Amino acid sequence: MAKVISFLTATRGKGRLHWTDWVSYAYLAIGIFLMFGPVIWLVLSSFKTQNELDRFPPRFLPYAQETVELDGFEDPLILFTVSRTSESEVAGETVAQTRRGAGRAEVVRLDDPETRIRLPAVDLQAIESVAFATENYTQLFERFNFLRFLWNSTFITVVATLLMLLVNSMAAFALSKYEFRGRTTVLLLVIGTLMIPQTVVLVPLFLIVTELGMFNSLWGVIIPGAATPTGVFLLRQYMITIPDEILDAARMDKASEWKIFWRIIVPLSAPAIAVLAILAIMWRWNDFLWPLIVLTRTENFTLQLALNSFQGELQTDWASLLAMTVLTLLPIAAVFMFLQKYIATGIASTGGK
Amino acid sequence: MDLNLPSVGVQLKNARKSYGNVEVIKGIDLDISHGEFCVFVGPSGCGKSTLLRMISGLEPISGGDIVIGDEVVNDIPAADRGLAMVFQSYALYPHMTVEQNLSFGLENINTPRAEIKDKINAVSAMLQIDQLLDRRPKDLSGGQRQRVAIGRAVVREPRVFLFDEPLSNLDAELRVDMRGEISALHKRLGNTMIYVTHDQVEAMTMADKIAVLRLGELEQFGAPLELFNNPHNLFVAGFIGSPKMNFLKGKVDASDRTLLTLETGEQVRLPGTGFAQQAGQSVTLGIRPNELQPATDGALHLEVRAVEQLGSDSYLYGALSDGTRLTVHNSGQTVVREGEKVPLSFATDAVHLFDTESTLTLRDQS
Repeated sequence: MAKVISFLTATRGKGRLHWTDWVSYAYLAIGIFLMFGPVIWLVLSSFKTQNELDRFPPRFLPYAQETVELDGFEDPLILFTVSRTSESEVAGETVAQTRRGAGRAEVVRLDDPETRIRLPAVDLQAIESVAFATENYTQLFERFNFLRFLWNSTFITVVATLLMLLVNSMAAFALSKYEFRGRTTVLLLVIGTLMIPQTVVLVPLFLIVTELGMFNSLWGVIIPGAATPTGVFLLRQYMITIPDEILDAARMDKASEWKIFWRIIVPLSAPAIAVLAILAIMWRWNDFLWPLIVLTRTENFTLQLALNSFQGELQTDWASLLAMTVLTLLPIAAVFMFLQKYIATGIASTGGK
Repeated sequence: MDLNLPSVGVQLKNARKSYGNVEVIKGIDLDISHGEFCVFVGPSGCGKSTLLRMISGLEPISGGDIVIGDEVVNDIPAADRGLAMVFQSYALYPHMTVEQNLSFGLENINTPRAEIKDKINAVSAMLQIDQLLDRRPKDLSGGQRQRVAIGRAVVREPRVFLFDEPLSNLDAELRVDMRGEISALHKRLGNTMIYVTHDQVEAMTMADKIAVLRLGELEQFGAPLELFNNPHNLFVAGFIGSPKMNFLKGKVDASDRTLLTLETGEQVRLPGTGFAQQAGQSVTLGIRPNELQPATDGALHLEVRAVEQLGSDSYLYGALSDGTRLTVHNSGQTVVREGEKVPLSFATDAVHLFDTESTLTLRDQS
C-alpha cells in the first residue's frame, strides 16, 4: 500500500512541485477523466429510475424522492416540503402527497392522514436523497431471460476462443516451422484476408452458414470466426523466435510432431497465446454484427443482441438497457484485469528480441 | 544401475547434399569404427555441421549412403536412428525442469516410470547435476546447461553420440574443463562419438580420428598426430597445429634437387630422401614455428615485428625480406627485441614440402 501511495504521489521536484509535475498530473487527470468518466456515468445512471433518467438537466448521482407508508393508503406516498411562503395552513411542514392534478395537489399531514388538504402544486418542494434503484437489475432477471443471454454469450465466447486458439496455433506452427512448397503463398493469402472488410463477405458467409444448417444456432456464430488471420499472424511471428534447435532436439528425443506441438510449441508460445486469448474473448464477447445476422430467435440472443432489443423504435427502456450494459461490461473487465500483465509482456515479446 | 550403451560404427559413402543448385557436401567417404571419437574440424562454412545433421537424420541427404552399424539409414527418420545429439545452443527445453528435460526422451519411448528415475539418477550423478534436477535451464550456468544437454543425450543410451560445437558458447577456462570431461565420458561409455568443432586444439586433444573438411570436401582423415606429422596438403598443414605452420615459397634448383631457392633469394637445404621433389619444381616449404631456431649461421633472416613473452614460451612474429610472414616459437624466454634482425635455422628433416601448384604434399607415402 505504501508503495502504491509513493508511486501515485511521485514527483520530479524534491519537496515542491516542479512544473513538469503539474503538466504530468494534469495530463493524467484528463486521461482518467476521459477514460473513466463515461464508465462512471454509465454505472451511476444504471441505478437511476426511469423518471430520473428522463429528467433535464441530468444529475450526477441517482436521486429518488423519499416516501412514507401511511395507514389507509395502499401505496407509499411521496413526501414534500411545503414552502414557507405558501398561503395554505401547512406552510413549512412536511406532507405526503395523495393526489395531484391540474396544477393542484392534495396532501395529508403525516400525523393526521385522514384530513385532506388542497394547495397549489408549485408550493411543494420534493424531498430527495441519493438512492440506488437496484430494481433496474432485479428486473433483468424477472422480466427478461437474462441468464439465458448470459449463457449464450459465455458459451459462444468460451468455445469460440478455445477453437480459435487451437486452429490458429496449429496453422501458425505449420507456417513458422515447416518448410513446404507454397508456404509463403499460404501466408500471404492469410494476411491478404486482413484487407477484406467483413461486410464484403457477409452475404456469402451467411449463405454458407445457412447451407450448413447453422442458421439460428450458436455454432453458426462460433465456427466462421474460428480462424482469424490476425491470430495466425501474431502466433506465427512469435513461434518464429523459438529456436529450431529445440525442435530438432525434441525430434532426436523421439517426440512425434504432434507431441512437439503440444509439449514444446504450445508451452513456449504461452505469452502470445495469452494475448490472443484476451483479444479473442473481447472480440467474441463484444461481437454484434454477425450474431445479429445469424441469430434471430430471442432464446439464442447474446447479451449484445439483447441490449439492442431494448432499444425499440418508439420507446427505449433506458433503465434496463443501462443495467444490462453494466453487467455486460463486468466479465470483460474482469478478464482484462487478471490477464492484462500478459498483454504487456506478450506484446513486448511478440516483437521479437 | 549401469548404463548399457551399444556401440556401432558409422560409414559415409559418397554422401552428398545440395540446396538447390549449390552443393555443400561434395561426396564424402568416411569410415568411423565403433567406439571411436571422431572429430570433424574445418573453418566455418566447410559443411561440418551439415554433415553431422545428415548423419543425425535432421537433414535429408541428396546422394550417397549413410550406414550406421550395418544398416543403410538414408530413409530412416532421425528419431529411429538410435543417435543422440548435443547442440551448440544446448537446445534445452526452457519450460521444463532439468529432470523433465532428461526424462522427455525416455517418456517418448514409453519407458516405465521407475526405470526413468533410475536412469536419471545414474546419469545425473555421473555428470554431477543431481543437485539441479528441480531447476529450469535459465537458472543454470553455461557449464551446467552443457552438462544437462550431455545428460539428456546419455540417458537415452544412444548407439552414437553427435556433438555440434558443444563448447563454443563457454568461456575459455570452462571449455578446457568440459573438454576433459567429454573425453572422460567417452572413455567411460566407450561408444562412438562424432564431434564437430572449428577449434583445432579441441580436435587434437580429444580425437581418436580427425576429419578435416573444407568447402564440403574431406581434406584428410586420420589420427591427430598423423595429421600433424604428415599433412596431405597445404590446407591441412596450415589448419592443424597452433600457431600455424610457416610457409615459404621457392623453386628447387635446376641441377641440385636438395637445394631450394626461396623467393627472397635465400637458399636452404632440403632433405634428399623422403620427398619426391623434382629439380626445377615450384614448391612450398612448411616449417612449424617450434622448429625454427635463432642461430648465427641461419639461412633465413627474420625482421622481428612483435615479441610475445609468456614466461615459459616466447613467440617472435616477423617477416622475411619479401614480406613473407613467419612465426617462431621458442620454449623459455628470449632476449630478442622488436626491430632486430634474427638469423634462423632449422633441422632439414623437420620440413614439410608441398607442390605449390597442386598444394599436395611431396612426401613419399609409403
